[in-house]
Amino acid sequence: MALDKFFRRKRPKAAVSEDVPELWSKCSSCGAQIYKRDLEANLKVCPVCSHHHRISVEERLRTLLDPDSFEPRSGSVHPRDPLHFVDTLPYTERLKRAQQRSGRPDAILAGLGRIQGSRLVLALMDFEFSGGSMGSAVGEELVRAADLAVELHLPLVVVCASGGARMQEGAYSLMQMAKTIAALGRLAAARLPYLSVLTDPTTGGVTASFATLADVILAEPGALIGFAGPRVIQQTMRQTLPEGFQRSEFLLQHGLLDLVVDRRQLPSRLHALLSLLKGAA
Amino acid sequence: MTSGGDRWAKVQLARMPGRPTALDYLKLAFEDFVELHGDRLFRDDPALVGGLARLAGRPVVVLGEQKGRDTKENILRSFGMPNPEGYRKAVRLMRLAEKFGLPVVSLVDTIGAYPGVSAEEHGQAWAIAESIRTMLSLQVPVLAVILGEGGSGGALAIAAADRVLILQNAWYSVISPESCAAILWRDAAEAPKAAEALQLSAADLLAQGLVEEVIPEPSGGAHTDPQMTAATLKLALQRHLDELCLLGGEQLVAGREARFRRLGVFGETPLP
Ligand SMILES: [Zn+2]
Repeated sequence: MALDKFFRRKRPKAAVSEDVPELWSKCSSCGAQIYKRDLEANLKVCPVCSHHHRISVEERLRTLLDPDSFEPRSGSVHPRDPLHFVDTLPYTERLKRAQQRSGRPDAILAGLGRIQGSRLVLALMDFEFSGGSMGSAVGEELVRAADLAVELHLPLVVVCASGGARMQEGAYSLMQMAKTIAALGRLAAARLPYLSVLTDPTTGGVTASFATLADVILAEPGALIGFAGPRVIQQTMRQTLPEGFQRSEFLLQHGLLDLVVDRRQLPSRLHALLSLLKGAA
Repeated sequence: MTSGGDRWAKVQLARMPGRPTALDYLKLAFEDFVELHGDRLFRDDPALVGGLARLAGRPVVVLGEQKGRDTKENILRSFGMPNPEGYRKAVRLMRLAEKFGLPVVSLVDTIGAYPGVSAEEHGQAWAIAESIRTMLSLQVPVLAVILGEGGSGGALAIAAADRVLILQNAWYSVISPESCAAILWRDAAEAPKAAEALQLSAADLLAQGLVEEVIPEPSGGAHTDPQMTAATLKLALQRHLDELCLLGGEQLVAGREARFRRLGVFGETPLP
């Protein structure tokens, strides 16, 4: 908080002017005021503290794939409301709002693309759509992405960002964990590489299924990754959490990840891994 | 068998003190149980028991999520919430089953995997995912029964089976009603509402096509007559194992994969 105020005071005078507030953005980690165009050019990595801010699926595509190489293959699968689920809002209403905001039927975008020239099948989870949660539609699209990789004999890369399995589809959502894992089995049988990139946050049923079964597990710096959320552990178990708990660097230290990779190096690291794994085939 | 409006009552029955646990069924429905311990990495998890046993004479590997039958035992067994060590022990025993061509019978009864610091440090999510992957790959019959509570990934970890049975008053869902209520209603006390919304009862799951059979319980619940419940369960397990044991390893794996491949409800519109 104190740091936050310090940086606010240091904010350049020009930026305070009423007409151009959107030119500046504040780092959510160190509080630094950053010229928005600089932050975008830096792939939303803070130039002061290297904090990786969350990026949208569209930004992810731009920062990961070769320009104009993406061919979408998802979008035909639509979520349904098999339980007629209503909490404080009907599930159908939540879906409608998320669909209107994102222009996507559900929390995933998948297709074909190239990373530094290598072709691959890419699936991106959309955290802005219902917390990236996995229901039947997301599970089905992931399975189809894996099947497409098998069909075209291409590697699969999944960029994960999810709060876990979607509650509003009950046990159907739970089953998507086993369904996606089964699809990965076919990919493995075909000896095709599967890489997962865990981004902030990746938790619950997504972490406990396809996300952590990759041949190589990469993570962005500082991403929250785990099974139970830190709040649940703190509150229900009354345990104090160690420094850096469930963050990428902590998990790397505990032997649960292969690599923590800066977003700006992600395309070159993925390309290197994919070409090395192809060499063995 | 309808369950409109009484789902919360069933959740209460599933948690009733005195309801038979995995080890009780091992005593009442199986013979010659030899418990095997440890994940060979770190620790033995008393919340997930397993070992060799016979079911009507046929040798099997049994896995069971195990709650305590009193407070002291519950603390020892972390209220039936397995740690990663439990799931890694399960994987080890599944491999043992495959090596010796023994069917796996999995007794599911947990509110969820243990949410703790050590569990996370040891890769709870990794252990669950690996357990599901291993179970899906086994070239031997795999039969799962939801005995009481089937909470989230902690239950599915040992329920990626050829067939999934469920006791009449058990529940199985993506999350416990309390946790669901805490998130969606911002109040765990709304758990009865969450139980209704989640449609988590045995009858619901049968209607949803997510389980193959509901095992009837005595009218007051399994705890009113454990012997009779165990005898009913034993007959059902035998019947399903007799059928599954006719299938070859490849057939079993393909069938299990296909079973999960078709689970889910979604719409389809052609791409423009
Ligand atoms: Zn910063």
